[in-house]
Amino acid sequence: MGLLDKEFNDGSFLLTTTENLLNWGRLSSLWQMTFGLACCAIEMMATSASHYDFDRFGVIPRPSPRQADLIIVSGTATLKMALRIKRVYEQMPEPKYVISMGSCSNSGGPYWKHGYHVLKGIDRVIPVDVYVPGCPPRPEALLEGLLKLQEKIRKETLVRKSYENN
Amino acid sequence: MKTINEFFEVLKNNFNDAVVELKEDIDSYIVVKADSIDKIAEFIKTNNDFKFDFCTCVSGVDDANGTKNTDENGNVVINGGTMSVFYHFNRLVDDAKIIFRVYVERENPVVNSIAMIYRAADWHEREIFDLFGINFTNHPDLRRILMPYDWEGHPLRKDYKNPEFYQGIRVAY
Amino acid sequence: MSLKTEELVLNMGPQHPSTHGVLRLELLVDGEIVKNVIPHLGYLHRCFEKHTEALQYFQIVPYTDRLDYLASMGNNFGYVLTIEKLLKIEVPERVEYIRVITAELQRIASHLVAIGTFGIDVGAFTPFLFCFRDREIILNLFEEITGARFLYNFMAVGGLNYDLSNGWVDKVKDFIKYFRPKLKELNDLLSFNKIFIERTASVGILPADMAINYGVSGPMLRASGVKYDIRKNDPYSIYNRFDFDIPVGQGLQGTVGDTWDRYWVRVLEIEESLKIVEQAIEQIPEGDVKAAIPKKIKPPVGTAYGRVENPRGELGFFVVSDGGNNPFRVKVRPPSFCNLSVINEICKNNLVSDVVAILGSTDIVLGEVDR
Repeated sequence: MGLLDKEFNDGSFLLTTTENLLNWGRLSSLWQMTFGLACCAIEMMATSASHYDFDRFGVIPRPSPRQADLIIVSGTATLKMALRIKRVYEQMPEPKYVISMGSCSNSGGPYWKHGYHVLKGIDRVIPVDVYVPGCPPRPEALLEGLLKLQEKIRKETLVRKSYENN
Repeated sequence: MKTINEFFEVLKNNFNDAVVELKEDIDSYIVVKADSIDKIAEFIKTNNDFKFDFCTCVSGVDDANGTKNTDENGNVVINGGTMSVFYHFNRLVDDAKIIFRVYVERENPVVNSIAMIYRAADWHEREIFDLFGINFTNHPDLRRILMPYDWEGHPLRKDYKNPEFYQGIRVAY
Repeated sequence: MSLKTEELVLNMGPQHPSTHGVLRLELLVDGEIVKNVIPHLGYLHRCFEKHTEALQYFQIVPYTDRLDYLASMGNNFGYVLTIEKLLKIEVPERVEYIRVITAELQRIASHLVAIGTFGIDVGAFTPFLFCFRDREIILNLFEEITGARFLYNFMAVGGLNYDLSNGWVDKVKDFIKYFRPKLKELNDLLSFNKIFIERTASVGILPADMAINYGVSGPMLRASGVKYDIRKNDPYSIYNRFDFDIPVGQGLQGTVGDTWDRYWVRVLEIEESLKIVEQAIEQIPEGDVKAAIPKKIKPPVGTAYGRVENPRGELGFFVVSDGGNNPFRVKVRPPSFCNLSVINEICKNNLVSDVVAILGSTDIVLGEVDR
């Protein structure tokens, strides 16, 4: 269901529900926190840069967690970094969303076995909404991850986030 | 002077016992005593025949040549034997190279620091202290550099066993 | 009347837009003046050296990609050269040429990121978009021959994993033709921009003797006026066949070894890399790139130190072999690690805002600093 429930002929007003309006607002301006950890951060930068242009989805990098809706954990999280990530996540205002980008933050990636200092998956510290696989994921994959997140937000209700609903 | 054999002759004449031997290898190196590496470093930096101005790399190696035992939990523990520190020096003018190796006892690893002679060695020595647990005497600031300050153990030792939890987070996959 | 002042500890990082990754700096400031900088590393310590001890020689190549992730080709190059030195094998001519071409293209791509992000650090956003636009073309070139955008796993011990595809050489020629004028555009936009020069000239001066003492290498060392480049001073592979210059800092806008010089050396190096690629692409011979790849890599007992000139400086691999299938020990000598160690000396007595500019000009990659 889109934003528009009923269209009138003169086109000057529309009918919708509060939920739809709020969700539409949220999913169209997901301000992300600039949070690069490792290799995937370069791919995230490439996604923000001229060729792939993240801005067209309303994703604008913000340097402070307090102004951000979305955190893209891009790269290997280490044990030394883990609690800092948690702290940054806690500083973000609700509603907040997490995209885990790349194999490392999904599960430890190539470092899963011998990495004595690597966190084996960012979901051990913070809740994740969308996992994007790849090492590193192509910018197209990250864009798809964002579209999946938007789909998810579209289904949210006022009282509950969608994954709690299911 | 350009080759390591010539350097070795001069060093042997100047330092006698402190310089042990020249070991032939793909990159040949000179074995020296752990308590005199700082004097030798000072010498090769200031002596006119040497003038090595660039400390390229300092690396630790766990030789793992002690006796291997198994403790009650089934983990391998190495007792005795040695660890080594390799020093790579370079001369920028004509790109001559010299390599030293220092043996230290695994149970009580102590080497004299060269961090104040070559500032480049500062962080390398901290890294070796962090990952191997080799102590550098007279180092200005010997702290862990890569691992968290409250980490236990030295990961690059061959008998290192990873802890199960770190600050409440499970470490193993 | 004198005001009472006291020093303040300011924390920068590990999450900070201008630390180029997860570096934490502890700044001791007196007003706006930085008195001391204490770097805290290790937030990206991925245990590369432990992995090398558990993996076979050929399995380590993809992990070297992830050291300096902006210059994967250079890392591959350094590692395979060291193992070839240990095994004492010669590689075919064609392999040498392709390695040099890819490594130099990678240097251009890496410097473009360095310049672009440095621009952002001092407040110029447009050069970032320009640089990434041109970098994207190089990535597409690499993607065509390796299948990956920037972690390639392209070089193998004794050869290459893939040969060049048909028509790739012409595409590189087209790229050079396209890219030369863009460099001038970049200079007009950023290099000689009045505001940019004000921000960077005579800031964070690194004298030559201090640079050498701290083991600084690469563009940062050359910006301090030391003409030292491994490609010229200790040529590896086939670099002695090409005609190119080593740009050094001359203090055109301020003092030798200042932040602007470090930036400018990188711009000049892009030009030199283009020269090398142009020459190499003309001479590239035919051959089988997989001819010299050994079936089994089992070097004799011994130690070897191999090094290459990576975009950030001297990348060294120190390998100890015990005659087995896995290396006994691999130590990486990362250029960024040594370049970063001088940060305290060059940030002292500068303004807090200059720390960002200085850090940007050192062009560190944390994947390599922490390994």
